[in-house]
Amino acid sequence: MQNIGTSAEVEQSSSEASEQYLTFMLGGKDYGLEILNIKEIIEYGDVTEMPMTPDFISGVINLRGSVVPVIDLSNRFIGHSVERTKRTSIIILEVTNDDLKIEIGVTVDMVIEVLDIQASEIEPAPSLGNHIQTDFINGMAKVDGKFLILLDIENVLSIDELSMVGSIGDNTG
Amino acid sequence: MSDENLQIFAEEAEDLLAVAEQALLHLDDLDNPAETEDGVGDLFRTFHTIKGAAGLFGLDPIVNFTHIVESVLGNIREGTLAMDQNLVSLFLLSRDHLENLVGAALAGVEQLDDDLEKVDSDLVGKLNDYLGKSAAQEQESNGPATSSEADPDAPEGVASTNWHVSLRYGPNALQNGMDPASFIGYLNTLGEIEHLTLIDDAIPPWTEFDPENCYLGFEIEVNAPDTTKEALEEVFEFVMDDCKVAILPPHSHIEAYKKMIAELPETDMRIGDILLACGALTDREKDDVLNAQDRLADEAIAGGEDESVPQLGSIAVGKQVVQQEVVDAAIKKQSDLKSQRENAMQTVRVNSRKLESLVNLVGELVIGSANAELNARRLADANLNEAMENLLRLVEEVRDTTLGLRMVQIGETFSRFKRVVREVSRDLGKDIDLRISGAETELDKTLVEKIGDPLMHLVRNAIDHGIESPQVRRDAGKPATGTVFLEAFHDSGSIVIRIRDDGGGLSKDKILNKAIEKGLVQAGQQLTEQEIYRLILEAGFSTADSVSNLSGRGVGMDVVRRNIETLRGQVEIASEEGKGSTVTIRLPLTLAIIDGFQVRVGDTQYIIPLDMVDECLELNDALRSGDSDANYVNLRGEILPFMRLSDMFDAERETHDKHRDHIVVVKCAGKRAGFVVDELLGEHQTVIRPLGKVFQNLREISGSTILGSGEVAMIIDIPEMVNKVIASGQLDFSPSGAVH
Repeated sequence: MQNIGTSAEVEQSSSEASEQYLTFMLGGKDYGLEILNIKEIIEYGDVTEMPMTPDFISGVINLRGSVVPVIDLSNRFIGHSVERTKRTSIIILEVTNDDLKIEIGVTVDMVIEVLDIQASEIEPAPSLGNHIQTDFINGMAKVDGKFLILLDIENVLSIDELSMVGSIGDNTG
Repeated sequence: MSDENLQIFAEEAEDLLAVAEQALLHLDDLDNPAETEDGVGDLFRTFHTIKGAAGLFGLDPIVNFTHIVESVLGNIREGTLAMDQNLVSLFLLSRDHLENLVGAALAGVEQLDDDLEKVDSDLVGKLNDYLGKSAAQEQESNGPATSSEADPDAPEGVASTNWHVSLRYGPNALQNGMDPASFIGYLNTLGEIEHLTLIDDAIPPWTEFDPENCYLGFEIEVNAPDTTKEALEEVFEFVMDDCKVAILPPHSHIEAYKKMIAELPETDMRIGDILLACGALTDREKDDVLNAQDRLADEAIAGGEDESVPQLGSIAVGKQVVQQEVVDAAIKKQSDLKSQRENAMQTVRVNSRKLESLVNLVGELVIGSANAELNARRLADANLNEAMENLLRLVEEVRDTTLGLRMVQIGETFSRFKRVVREVSRDLGKDIDLRISGAETELDKTLVEKIGDPLMHLVRNAIDHGIESPQVRRDAGKPATGTVFLEAFHDSGSIVIRIRDDGGGLSKDKILNKAIEKGLVQAGQQLTEQEIYRLILEAGFSTADSVSNLSGRGVGMDVVRRNIETLRGQVEIASEEGKGSTVTIRLPLTLAIIDGFQVRVGDTQYIIPLDMVDECLELNDALRSGDSDANYVNLRGEILPFMRLSDMFDAERETHDKHRDHIVVVKCAGKRAGFVVDELLGEHQTVIRPLGKVFQNLREISGSTILGSGEVAMIIDIPEMVNKVIASGQLDFSPSGAVH
């Protein structure tokens, strides 16, 4: 927590530069993701289920010939899946692990827009009263009177945590 | 010269060093003097070629070092020094050092670092010792050596004490990447260039001048009393095809100059003047040469050597010194060697990245053609389908050929271990014989690269921990020489590599005690033999009572296991106490494209490697022998354990009327098991897509593939699943049952 606070302050003092965030809806709440990590947004569909994996892994998709895992973000945050609608989308992100860039898709209920958010508008995440793990959150931003939860993508999609899937399968099997 | 050429040099040097290593190890095996002579000859040539090439690039450290190695080899070749084990070891070290030097040169290192410098001076010192020794021997036995090439007392020899080199570059020299100046620079390292005349007569009028052609020629006087003609010729070895070189030793016969002049393109008078200016000829000598032109032409023809001089072999036979068969055998051996070299030459070096992108493209082609076929079938047009079928057959051939490009024989990797065995066994004072079989077995190049280190570790282990000391062996009634076997062969879609030794074997009690001590198993826990052996693959496990300088070096057994498992391979250990142990590694043949068998379980499609599929049956009551809950069937009198993939993969069991359960019988490492699936979909060319790090711990699925429809299908890791099926069967049968 302390770290997040200080890093936000450093950003604040060093520059008033704004960064772009992609905002989306998940379980009725608004979230934001730094746009730099985002490769593309595609319609939800043709997800092949993976056997013996925890529920927060939707499966894999064929993204122009490469097989990309898809994470059910609401399941990961809230613990249950949200019903899919025709606005359900998959955001393809690039995360770095051991100097390797890995593509991962996350499902969201609805993509909203791209916003410029100034560093000064970002506050550290509150330590209490939030139902998602705080280390998933980079900070909160107030936009048009509404709070936007900015996600820390490296933590949400930590490969080390996601790849525990095999051992989960082993325990049940 | 450009980096690209340097790269080529490095690659060639690498090949040559590999040849040198083979030659050295071969020497080690043999006491036969004739073979040794051949081997030393090979070695000499190899080092010499490296020296020559390095000289062209001005790589002085390599040239200087190789020169000394070559001198020692030269002495051996001349018989003034005897080859022995210590020398072989020294040459092996020198070879390694050269490899480092080449690496340093490639990295663009101008100044050697301290380590290399130290090794360099160490080795040079040792080699020089031998040179000193042989020189002393020489003086005792032979007296001072005489040079036959440059006999100062020969009649009609010219007065000049210099070598004369006449050089005319061919027009393509520049295009072939040769730098004319570099040859002269290298020549200067052999001796001192006293005089150099540039011959620019060949330069055409400017209108016809092509800046990419080389029109230059040189007449050079080199003061190099210690060189041989051979050494000078080697300087130009790389341009021999492109240019005209004539080398005349000091005090050459005047006729030789005549012959040379006749062959040069410039007018005789002009050459005569140049030679005079160089100091190669005196005025009188020049006149002699030029006046005798007419006579010379005839002599030059008559002097054609090869035809008129009878072959050495036939002289020997004629004198009945040697028997015809011996000569035949020797000639056959020579021609064998030659054809072997020619075979090696008929290869093309291709950047592995290009090959990789080709394989990837073929993968796309396979997926694309599967998609096309699916659509063609839907249209039900007979002509289209026929064309499609032809196309698919071709695609399959392209696929096989492309994958074949990446296949290399494992022999090269295996022969590397000869050296390890030799060195390690000497260090340990053990007598060990390495026997290799199946060296011609092919596998994917990427696999070969990655399997080297784990194999090295296993071989070291066999030598260090497996084979006992000669004394212990003799006491146990075994031959004092221990044997390590390295075998490779293909088996149902996998390649099997086996490391076997006839040493002490693994002690089950020792392993078990150690495991209990380390808390890996509980005391009193029942383990099968295989499970006990597998314990040594766990991290931090070593049963060696004493730690030798070999254990602890390199990777541990757990790393071996992990390396092999990342290649989708498996390790098995078998052992008999007192008789030896066997480690079997099973690897998939390729990591790119396989023939798969497509099945459906629930909504998801799966691929089973076709090579492992034995047969497919309908699961009916007759097979189930009445008991519908049993997890085994009676397959023609054999018990076949099976598993419902729908249970395993959490899919709904299909129960509607039309549904039939199919059982796919697979075979892997001699074990058989069945998998019940909902539908059999037939063969599918499977382009393996790795699932990436997210699913790295998902052991049951080894990868994925993209179907013609664009859907993703999972590839089932059959060896893993077979073990699972068999393990679950054992759970139910064993009375205690509690392993978990």
